[in-house]
Amino acid sequence: MKKKVLSAILSVAMAATLLVGCGSAAEEAPAAATEEAAPAEEAPAEEAEAPAEEEAAPAEEAAAGGGTYAFVSKSAGNPFNERQATGFEEAVADLGGTAIIQHPEAPTADAQITVIQSLISQGVDSICVAANDENALQAALEEAAAAGIKVCSVDSTVNVASRLTHVNQAGVTEIGQCLMDAVYDITGGEGQWAILSATSQAANQNAWIESMKEIQAADSKYANLELVEVAYGDDEPQKSTDQTQALLQNYPDLKVICAPTTVGIAAAAKVLQDQGSSVKLTGLGLPSEMAEYIGDDDAHSCPYMFLWNPIDLGRLGAYTSAALVSGEITGAEGDKFTAGDMGDYEIVKAGDGGTEIILGAPFKFDPSNIEEWKEVY
Amino acid sequence: MEKKSLLKRITGSREASLVIVLIVLCIAVTIKSPNFMSAQNILEILKNNSVIMIMALGMLCVLLIGGIDISITSTLAFAGMTIGMMYKYDKIESTFLGFLIATAMGAVCGLLIGVIIAYGKVMPIIATMGFMYIYRGFAYLVAQDQWAGADALGSFKDFTLSNSLSFGLINNTITVTIICYIIFFIVLKWTKFGRCIYAVGSNAEAAEISGINVAAIKTAVYTIMGTLAGLCGALATSVYASAQPNMQTSKEMDVIAACVIGGVSMNGGRGSVLGALLGALVLSVISKALPLVGINAIAQNTIKGVIIVAVIVLNVLTQRMMDRANLENREM
Repeated sequence: MKKKVLSAILSVAMAATLLVGCGSAAEEAPAAATEEAAPAEEAPAEEAEAPAEEEAAPAEEAAAGGGTYAFVSKSAGNPFNERQATGFEEAVADLGGTAIIQHPEAPTADAQITVIQSLISQGVDSICVAANDENALQAALEEAAAAGIKVCSVDSTVNVASRLTHVNQAGVTEIGQCLMDAVYDITGGEGQWAILSATSQAANQNAWIESMKEIQAADSKYANLELVEVAYGDDEPQKSTDQTQALLQNYPDLKVICAPTTVGIAAAAKVLQDQGSSVKLTGLGLPSEMAEYIGDDDAHSCPYMFLWNPIDLGRLGAYTSAALVSGEITGAEGDKFTAGDMGDYEIVKAGDGGTEIILGAPFKFDPSNIEEWKEVY
Repeated sequence: MEKKSLLKRITGSREASLVIVLIVLCIAVTIKSPNFMSAQNILEILKNNSVIMIMALGMLCVLLIGGIDISITSTLAFAGMTIGMMYKYDKIESTFLGFLIATAMGAVCGLLIGVIIAYGKVMPIIATMGFMYIYRGFAYLVAQDQWAGADALGSFKDFTLSNSLSFGLINNTITVTIICYIIFFIVLKWTKFGRCIYAVGSNAEAAEISGINVAAIKTAVYTIMGTLAGLCGALATSVYASAQPNMQTSKEMDVIAACVIGGVSMNGGRGSVLGALLGALVLSVISKALPLVGINAIAQNTIKGVIIVAVIVLNVLTQRMMDRANLENREM
């Protein structure tokens, strides 16, 4: 009897887990779900096992429209990723194609590999991926390339062998320059400043920090600025709070904290504003999270900050995918193409030896535009 | 004779040895960073760790009955995210209502876990592992790829800035923590329910035979744990002025660690509210102190782990000395 009850409960629990998984997939993959509900619902739980059933839908669509373009985000549940997907979908709709949006359940390379393999068996025309790991996706993406799928990365790159080109939100040096100028401007050109980063292994964070250090060392204009510490808040509000408070205590003369991470900057802003500290903040943050803290007066801790426009990033990812599929570009340095109403873009050499397309300079959020942007993302 | 008994009392109690550890830690940090024991700093420590401290109380009860609950931060995120979204879309405005909804959600989440463990006879680690994913999944579903930021939370985030609960004396977050500790201290020490929890953890069969409804006690304990997790969901959302579906991920380990440092046995039946408090305080002081004393950022987690292990080893040694002393007394 007991065993029966136990097995009944376990079955219910399993069914519930499946339901949860399917529920999220249906919402997260609207494009795929509209045409053929059943395969999309099965997608997250049985992606690897049930490719055959999924094949039918995209093939039909490809015949009807201008191709099937897939976008693989870093993970579900992040407004930034969600807006990228929105931009990607919009641009694909403008092109008359079909977009397949896939958000892996976890922000890991493993989860992305599963998604990519299912896309290969669906026979999509292109895959545009925001990678969770630079190298781990190589085998899956090479398999895709061998199947004739055009692969590009967006936001966070894959290694050169895995991609035709990379759509970069902004060059590393451009971001470093932007942040360094903000620090220079807010400190008034002299004094102590500190960096609050995410984890010490985050590749993009480290590249930006390194670039800021180089820029500071290279120009005598920054000679009076002193970078006192790089602190790591691990993108946890609690730890970021401890780290920010420690910075304030250890460096009483600190003038500016620069936090190039969305969780860190919000936690630091809260600490500074609650304490009424005179230390100012800048960095990279989400407008909706930061709206409360952005202002020019003493009551606000952040005069201005930056981020790229994730919608435009997604759009450019879609136009790049389309240009690769149509053969307009091959991903070689010097190729040029028109990205719809976004204008003309040129493929340039990337720091890792491959090629990339740069969206533009980071976008500045200040008191004049924050009200409008906090509604967007 | 007097001196000996004092020495014995200090070395003979796990709580006392923890107090000494805590004092040594604080002195060591103060040497490096003189402001460490300032009122402002202590306030910050308590406020930034209130969530861990409160959940340690629930975890204490769960460990006392010989169970474990690793779903608590998922419950926390589910409850916190839900009220975050409610504030964001102006479904509710009152701060009290937010806390009430989050706490009630936590209670229901905990009740479900308790029923499955107590009446379904599922291993606690397995059941709560399942619910860890389920409730975390719910948090993501509720969030719909959005966060609730400071701007969206309106006046809700002011709760943890003001001192209104204690009529201006002390920060609300800390007041809530203190109230929870007083309630649990009284319940576990002086009520029948409290004694039942210890009885179930010491020997469930004996408790059953002596007329205690073991399944009901277990269900109640997991419900209490869930209730506290829900409360902490509201508290964390208010303290950090932000609700994110991944909030406090993997912090359940810190909560369990706080209890274990505080001398709570993972086999059930042994542990005290004071121990949980001291354990949580040791963890809080460590996480506050590491960035202050200028330890290399990359090494901080390692140091944290080393201190935790050291404290636990010390604690186990004290326990062994205590047991030996007790045995000797018995022989006499």
